[in-house]
Amino acid sequence: MAKAVSIQIDGIEVQAEEGQNLVDAIRGAGVFIPSLCYYEHIQPPLGTCRVCTVLVNGKPTASCTATVRPGMKVVTQTKELEDVRKGMVEMLFAEGNHFCPACEKSGDCDLQGLGYRLGVTATRFPHLFVNRLIDYRPERMVIDHNRCIRCRRCVEEVRTDAGKAVFSFVNRGKDTEVAIDYKAETELTEAQALQAMHLCPVGAILVRGKSLARPVGERKYDQTEQGWEKEEGAIEVPTPKPGAPKKVVATTSLAGCFGCHMSLLDIDEELLDVVELVDFNKSPLTDIKEFSRRCDVGIIEGGCCNSENVEVLRAFREHCDMLIGVGECAIWGGLPAMRNFIPIEECLLEAYGRTTELEDSKVVIPKHEDLPELLDRVYGCQEIVRMDYFIPGCPPDARHIWKVLKHALFGQPYALTHEEFKYD
Amino acid sequence: MKPATDLPDRRTLLNDLWAIQLEKRHISDQGIKTLAARYQLSEVEIEGVVSFYHFFHRQPAGQYTIYVNNSVTAMHSGMPAIISAFEEATGARIGQTDPTGTFGLYETSCIGLSDLEPACLINFQPFTHLTPQKVKALVWQLRRGVPVEQLANPIPQHLRYQLPPDRAVLLRPFVPGETLKPLLQLDPEEVLSTLEASGLRGMGGAFFPVGKKWRLCREQPGNEKYILCNADEGEPGTFKDRMLLQYLPGLVIEGMIHAAYATGAAEGWIYLRAEYRWLLPELEAAVAAYYDRGWLGAQIPAKSPFRFDIHIPLGAGAYVCGEETAMMNSLEGLRGEPRVRTYFPVERGYRQKPTVVNNVETFAAAARVLEIGAERFAALGTPQMKGTRLLSIAGDCERPGVYEIEWGTRLAEVLDWAVAKSTLAVQISGPSGQCIDPNYGDPCFDWDDLRCGGAVTIFNTQRDLLQILRNFSSFFAEESCGVCTPCRAGNFIFTRKLDKLAKGLGRADDYVEIQNWSNIMRQTSRCGLGRAATHALLTAMEHFPGYFSWYFSPNGAAGAQPFDLEAAVSDYRETVNKTLGTTKTN
Repeated sequence: MAKAVSIQIDGIEVQAEEGQNLVDAIRGAGVFIPSLCYYEHIQPPLGTCRVCTVLVNGKPTASCTATVRPGMKVVTQTKELEDVRKGMVEMLFAEGNHFCPACEKSGDCDLQGLGYRLGVTATRFPHLFVNRLIDYRPERMVIDHNRCIRCRRCVEEVRTDAGKAVFSFVNRGKDTEVAIDYKAETELTEAQALQAMHLCPVGAILVRGKSLARPVGERKYDQTEQGWEKEEGAIEVPTPKPGAPKKVVATTSLAGCFGCHMSLLDIDEELLDVVELVDFNKSPLTDIKEFSRRCDVGIIEGGCCNSENVEVLRAFREHCDMLIGVGECAIWGGLPAMRNFIPIEECLLEAYGRTTELEDSKVVIPKHEDLPELLDRVYGCQEIVRMDYFIPGCPPDARHIWKVLKHALFGQPYALTHEEFKYD
Repeated sequence: MKPATDLPDRRTLLNDLWAIQLEKRHISDQGIKTLAARYQLSEVEIEGVVSFYHFFHRQPAGQYTIYVNNSVTAMHSGMPAIISAFEEATGARIGQTDPTGTFGLYETSCIGLSDLEPACLINFQPFTHLTPQKVKALVWQLRRGVPVEQLANPIPQHLRYQLPPDRAVLLRPFVPGETLKPLLQLDPEEVLSTLEASGLRGMGGAFFPVGKKWRLCREQPGNEKYILCNADEGEPGTFKDRMLLQYLPGLVIEGMIHAAYATGAAEGWIYLRAEYRWLLPELEAAVAAYYDRGWLGAQIPAKSPFRFDIHIPLGAGAYVCGEETAMMNSLEGLRGEPRVRTYFPVERGYRQKPTVVNNVETFAAAARVLEIGAERFAALGTPQMKGTRLLSIAGDCERPGVYEIEWGTRLAEVLDWAVAKSTLAVQISGPSGQCIDPNYGDPCFDWDDLRCGGAVTIFNTQRDLLQILRNFSSFFAEESCGVCTPCRAGNFIFTRKLDKLAKGLGRADDYVEIQNWSNIMRQTSRCGLGRAATHALLTAMEHFPGYFSWYFSPNGAAGAQPFDLEAAVSDYRETVNKTLGTTKTN
């Protein structure tokens, strides 16, 4: 039995076992500390993801790489540390290609769960959009490198009965990734393969014929904590003050699917009350094509994939006091940004040059002065103009959108419940 | 997971890979299979090691493999024209071989010849002061079958500044065995106290007191201890260790012998970076000479005679292997990733045994301390930094080369000796160090000021600072070991940020973001590489506010629009034009 010693966590004396991993000691004290790569039985600890960074005796340290020593002073909660840890999670989102709506791990994914928990909305870093392999070569698995966060768990843990490693880091620097051994992989038992799939904190390791997806309600991050439940009932719309000028709102859908506009309409009959309070200017809802007056708020759905999107977005910036980006596409490109991995020439040739229905016909890529020109990639709105706020989601909940709008237009205080903010 | 001791011993893996690479000019699938069988590893693990090191190729790299280096100094000395000349003369495009497989042309990080740029390695032989004409002649001679070794350039000592004999420490006349003489009178304990009294610190950059490090190793239980000489001088712009290894190898070896005596270690390694492979024969000969004299081997004469052996393993092209724990992993045949810092190397180092790791200059200086005495050494330098330091001076100056200076020397003096004219900025300690304005505050080399790791790279007013910083940023993005998030992703993200600035799309917000992101990397990175990666950028922004104000102007550098629409649609237009009149295919 290890010796119990006294350490300080955020100024409070607690007892911990000498030599115990600091992550466990912090959690044992009832303090939340995020982690992705930490796996208590891997020694020495992996120390790869760095999201458990704290101050140990004043020095920034990944807590999974530290062990309890008597008298150590640990600081976990400062504004700066919280921002730094959140930055780690954001970096992983910016580096990989995490299209959660298309991932079977959604709701069970540690990265996604941590994103919500730490309040990641829009990442501060530019998405890197590196085309990564989905490796279909293994016989019993599929490895989706877009999702891998290089935590190294599988590298250390997954071995054949003969003790051979199945995964290894390959390459170096920004090109580092986890590769699978095609021979060793076939030697895994069914149970070992499934174990590999389940120890992956994200959805990078898939076993053929086995689903990772679990029904909503049974997934790891479905358990709602108290106070996280969604509010029920109609959305309240404030009553207009007599004589007050109506607020003016404009909306547009750029490279989006109009799903966010549909969500906007999801407040149903309360929309009639809204019309009492708000005038819609340029918007698909009114079919007004050009701005006819200055607007209080511009609501942008979608990112920019062509020159027209850029011009419209610039016009919105010019005519609106406040721009609110609604949905993932506006924030960083979203699903349309899946084309960012493919050079535009290849995209265009696939669509217009490699069709089989007509033989010996000319390749004609649409180009006309009336047609928008395609951009080299899909851009998030803040890469084009200054944006004031974003509402994340795919699409964001109607309730969320209206809470934000009421706050923006009428200064109504608002709070979001965790469930209103979750889209897994 | 199996405990490390059960795993097959893979210490010879890098050696085996080198043998295959040199003979077959690449590591083929068959080669990987063979090694996997030999070491009882799965193939992907061998692949993991091969792909970590820059000089192991999976595709044939040509009968003549040419490495041109992309350091800032090389680029400033006209490397782009040299690369074009090589491409033209060999028919190989950069990153490939020519169609016949005769020549392979590759970029690599700094090769430690910054005083002789533009320089390249051909089959690991050095070629310096290249010109396009010289390249043409060289390739012609290689085609005629003249051996590379015959064509390679001799590398000069390039000692540019030596202290007067009473103040010089490293660069003074050297008589082999002279520094070993005191061992006949001294106990290991007295060697340690001499070093402690001297105040000598490690010269690798962390400046840990040498005597203290050796003592910590000595105090560790067990008989199996190791001495590791870090000759992986990878910091771009540094080459003083090259000079020591080439011209004073005995002094380095003697320093290691002292360390062995003081700590009780019986085995030592000089981990030589592959870029210095051309030094290997001379270095091996120097070690052999010590064995001949009985100064290495089973019975080294001393007050209590002892055993010590030295081996010289080769790296394979990875900057991060200069980090001591990464180096030990590399020696163990693993990917050169820095370890989690649970233990210091003096506690658990190479093969989990107590290990002293010091760099080349440190061992040389330690030997001198034993020769000249602690008192004389400690009288030199400043209160915090005793003795002297070798500087590798390169870049925009008339006298690039190695300088031995006393700690406390002013930068302005050094720049004068180097005949640096219209200097804009000086990069201290390489890309992981500071980018400073030499005219600001009259800096000097000392603990609280320029705690210089050895490199001093000079840029004149013709140079573009942002371009220099982009070079550094790409260097770190390539050379990060890739294990921890902030260094792998962060450096990559920074390359994009600097590209954005270079396009004139920066704004005031970017200035704040650079500081915030740097802080994140500094607090979270696993080793010094990630922690120091943005140091040059931050110091440059601090020292050259006027230069950077254009990049960070509130309305955007290139005008009001932070987005270049014309550039973004140019690919589309190009594709349309390219496909006009072509026919569909399936």
